[in-house]
Amino acid sequence: MSAVTEMLDAARRNDPPPRPDYERVPETLGTIGEIQRQLTLAERLGQNAFFRRMLLLLGLAALWQGYAMVLDNELMLPTFTTTVAALWDALAHGSLVERTLYSLQVLITGYVLGVVLAGLLVSLSASTRFGNDLLSTLTAMFNPLPAIALLPLALLWFGLGMGSIVFVIVHSVLWAVALNTHAGFQSVSDTMRMAGQTFGLKGLRYIFGILIPAALPSIVSGLKIGWAFAWRTLIAAELVFGASSRSGGLGWFIFENRNALETPYVFAGLLMVILIGLAIEGLVFRTLENHTVRKWGMQR
Amino acid sequence: MTTAPPRDASLPVLTADDVSLQYRTRDHLVTATWRVSFKVHAGDRFVLLGPSGCGKSSLLKAAAGFLPPVEGRIRLGGREIKGPGPDRMMVFQEFDQLLPWKSVFENVAYPLKCTGRFPSREIEGRVRGYLDKIGLSRFADAYPHMLSGGMKQRVAIARAMAMEPEVLLMDEPFAALDALTRRTMQAELLRLWDDTRFTLLFVTHSIEEALIVGTRILVLSPHPGQVRAELDATGLGFEDAGSPRFVELQTRIESMLFGHSAEEAH
Repeated sequence: MSAVTEMLDAARRNDPPPRPDYERVPETLGTIGEIQRQLTLAERLGQNAFFRRMLLLLGLAALWQGYAMVLDNELMLPTFTTTVAALWDALAHGSLVERTLYSLQVLITGYVLGVVLAGLLVSLSASTRFGNDLLSTLTAMFNPLPAIALLPLALLWFGLGMGSIVFVIVHSVLWAVALNTHAGFQSVSDTMRMAGQTFGLKGLRYIFGILIPAALPSIVSGLKIGWAFAWRTLIAAELVFGASSRSGGLGWFIFENRNALETPYVFAGLLMVILIGLAIEGLVFRTLENHTVRKWGMQR
Repeated sequence: MTTAPPRDASLPVLTADDVSLQYRTRDHLVTATWRVSFKVHAGDRFVLLGPSGCGKSSLLKAAAGFLPPVEGRIRLGGREIKGPGPDRMMVFQEFDQLLPWKSVFENVAYPLKCTGRFPSREIEGRVRGYLDKIGLSRFADAYPHMLSGGMKQRVAIARAMAMEPEVLLMDEPFAALDALTRRTMQAELLRLWDDTRFTLLFVTHSIEEALIVGTRILVLSPHPGQVRAELDATGLGFEDAGSPRFVELQTRIESMLFGHSAEEAH
């Protein structure tokens, strides 16, 4: 009786209709067929970041070549092939190798010094409140200050030559790396910190055992930014006063050839900077990431 | 196997005497617990149970040494707790308690190496043994990001147990798991306890979990946390859910938490 009225009620309320229960036994794998299949070659190539990037570079080079051929003015914009020829000539017969090595030497000296100083500052800030305040204040003050603006002062203090350029490179690297590392340290979760402390870790062992690996994604991106800043500063500094230092670097090479209106060689110098940048990014940083943050699932 | 000297079983492992805890937010000083006392004996599965805001997690943090009491004191075997240490390993609710840059094996081995409490040639065997106990030997070389939530929590439990702490602290370790995994994990924890009889201090807000996991239950009332009752729940397991004793205890705790005193607090 009540069941009938319930059903009538349900029909009136427009409830979903009642349905019977059922149970099934899952099919065995054999009847389902393939559940895993290799991707086609094209699909696999599409997954390969290196392949995709090479395609992109080829496309850019073709665009350059096409536009320069339409423009047909070697003084303003030499073609890609002329630039490559000039690059080869400068490498094989000219001074480009020597200039590049000199630039790299200055660059690496400044970069390493900057990174070490950043490490010291951030370690201090991770362990004391004073250090934390100091770092925040210093980065707020000096990070926005362009390294080139310090060059006149650097020349006064260190004279012409390597010392001044190293000084401005240190300035450009230090704050970028410190800021990123500091941000990375601050984003380490409380849980991970507490876990490290229950293991009895303190001081430097805590910084190296927990904070640095946990903040590595930010640290690596800081190192990348620092590397780019160092390059920019180096080339700019050499363009400004490289003329007076006898053993100039890449920036001086570019400046020299512009003065001689050898535009293909100017482009060759720029191309060299780009090639080194790509190589460092692709070989050093990517390898570092693949073996650390990507392997650990901290970054895609 | 145990390194600690045998102690009088009638003496508690962990004692909290009139512990009041406060923590600072941006503009307030919040009192989390007010004069809470309890004693945990060796082999106890001691549960701190209460609604959110009763300071149960704060009490556990204080026992771990992260939060010094403003009043009263917490002692571990007679010594006052001054800071975090490997004699009180903690299992957290969050999955990121495992170090993502270390494999499962290294995660369990790392605290053993850090403290130097165990001779280094013993470490490998010890780690393998505990990975075996939690059934994750096959995943020794996997990294945490490849594991499911339940597996991560198991690794964290193995890591804590491998240290053979005097008391094992667990802060809602299964709260972030789905209901089915949670059940499996509770059963596993009980199995591990049957195996090694460690001392456990366990925080939860689930009455059911408290009854199943715990042998002693400290019921706390909120804002600020005060002891409402300490109850015995020895011998209650999954199979007892629905039994008269289980239901009776459950209703008793429910009436304590949702009865008059809870309303007055608001």
